[in-house]
Amino acid sequence: MAGESRRRSDPALDGRRSRILGSLTSGAEGRRGALIATFSTVVVFTLLALLVTHAPGWPEVKKTFFDWGQFKDSLPDIARAFLLNVKIFCISEAFILVFALLLAVIRSLPGPAALPLRILGIAYADFFRGVPTILVIAMLGFGAPALQLQGVPLSTTFWGIVALVLVYTAYVSEVYRAGIESVHPSQAAAARSLGLTHWQSLRTVVLPQAVRRVIPPLLNDFIGLQKDTALVGFLGSVEAFKQSQIDAAATFNYTSYVAAALLFVALTVPLARFTDWLVLRDRRRRQATGT
Amino acid sequence: MSQALFLEGVRKSFGTLEVLRGVDLAVDNHEVVCLIGASGSGKSTLLRCVNLLEPIDAGRIVVEGVDITARGVDVNRIRRRIGIVFQAYNLFPHMSVLRNVTLAPRLALGLSAAQASEQALGLLGRFGLAEKANDYPDSLSGGQQQRVAIVRALAMQPDLMLLDEVTSALDPELVAEVLEVIRELAAGGMTMVIATHEMSFARDIADRVCFLDAGVILEQGPPAQILSEPREPRTQQFLQRIIEAGRL
Repeated sequence: MAGESRRRSDPALDGRRSRILGSLTSGAEGRRGALIATFSTVVVFTLLALLVTHAPGWPEVKKTFFDWGQFKDSLPDIARAFLLNVKIFCISEAFILVFALLLAVIRSLPGPAALPLRILGIAYADFFRGVPTILVIAMLGFGAPALQLQGVPLSTTFWGIVALVLVYTAYVSEVYRAGIESVHPSQAAAARSLGLTHWQSLRTVVLPQAVRRVIPPLLNDFIGLQKDTALVGFLGSVEAFKQSQIDAAATFNYTSYVAAALLFVALTVPLARFTDWLVLRDRRRRQATGT
Repeated sequence: MSQALFLEGVRKSFGTLEVLRGVDLAVDNHEVVCLIGASGSGKSTLLRCVNLLEPIDAGRIVVEGVDITARGVDVNRIRRRIGIVFQAYNLFPHMSVLRNVTLAPRLALGLSAAQASEQALGLLGRFGLAEKANDYPDSLSGGQQQRVAIVRALAMQPDLMLLDEVTSALDPELVAEVLEVIRELAAGGMTMVIATHEMSFARDIADRVCFLDAGVILEQGPPAQILSEPREPRTQQFLQRIIEAGRL
């Protein structure tokens, strides 16, 4: 517990405790700080609100983007459609996590015999990180059904998910690979010296440590994926973005877009805060053990 | 006495740097050989080569009559019979002490979890670590971690133990407990090759001391002879520096 109190009183660390609240310490000094922080925040935000609402054209902006009636009318439909985004996200993510790990492991295979596999892995990662996601989605979503081959699904959502999995597997495998490389070679050496095979050492010693280290950047990629589920709407699947487009087209009012945006933000913000929290916890833990 | 380890003309380069320039060494069963020499003389590399962690460029390494540097040998089988302990312990930080010790017996020897645990707890108890079984390495002192690393290697029931400067990373007051463990192993008849900077320990425990210099064994013999009346000027120089540093 001595470590706990020492860490708390370290101003350098306190500064990083919360990016939002800054370095508010306790005591009289702290109360004064809190007062100033509250005051300056209120003043700045009030000024900003006044500036925006008094700007020329604000009534037009308000009517077009922030129409409360439109918002209430369109939100239920968009929220329903947003469930499809969540579904696309969850299904893609499950496949991405597995395939990306596989790809990362393939790229870390040792020995000359594995060279073709490594080349394939590198080519895959390079290609799908280089091509715009929307292009892959269009290529598969419009192209694959157009083949009219038997047994090939026609669902645009299906092909949208396939495209997202292909693209994000490339990104996430890079994250995994960074994690694998961050585990010191002496760990693998220790495992191999005990007679474990390459695969056993990877599975029990290297990967568990690697995955733990890359959880924050992995979550960061999840946030990107969450947003990119909207690209599937481009194929015609009625997810939140497509639904808001339909509403906007029917009413010539763009409040529905704002409603969709809020839904996306509502989902990504908690994930972003959770990621921050994990990063902070990880840093504290490392500083506590002094490594 | 039968031969546990036999090295002949072992050479190893890293890029243009030739670290081992033809090492010949024979170690009998139950013999304890200490390797001494300056940093960079090739002690660690030699041990890593014997464990096949580094492929050698030329020469032969024979363990219990089997040429382990021949083509097509099962590297994993050989490593199971040779335990190595590193300077930096290299415990697995994400596993409890017990899992560190039972991992290889379970995976490489095929012991059941119960068998492996029983054996591991026996070994941990023998070296005063029984109550640490469920702790994680980072909550242990350096001396305790190194003792766990030794137990982890012993759990594979090796024929030969290689110790690579196992006390060099330890605070001085923690060195004794680790050396005590090694003494006990020697008393139990374990064949060991020990790279060390602890000259008094080498004098105590070694059957033979080898002085490595610039990638060759320059001089070897009983500890009393090598440490007190070395023939080679390089050995005399090295020991003189050690004495000046107050470590002999």
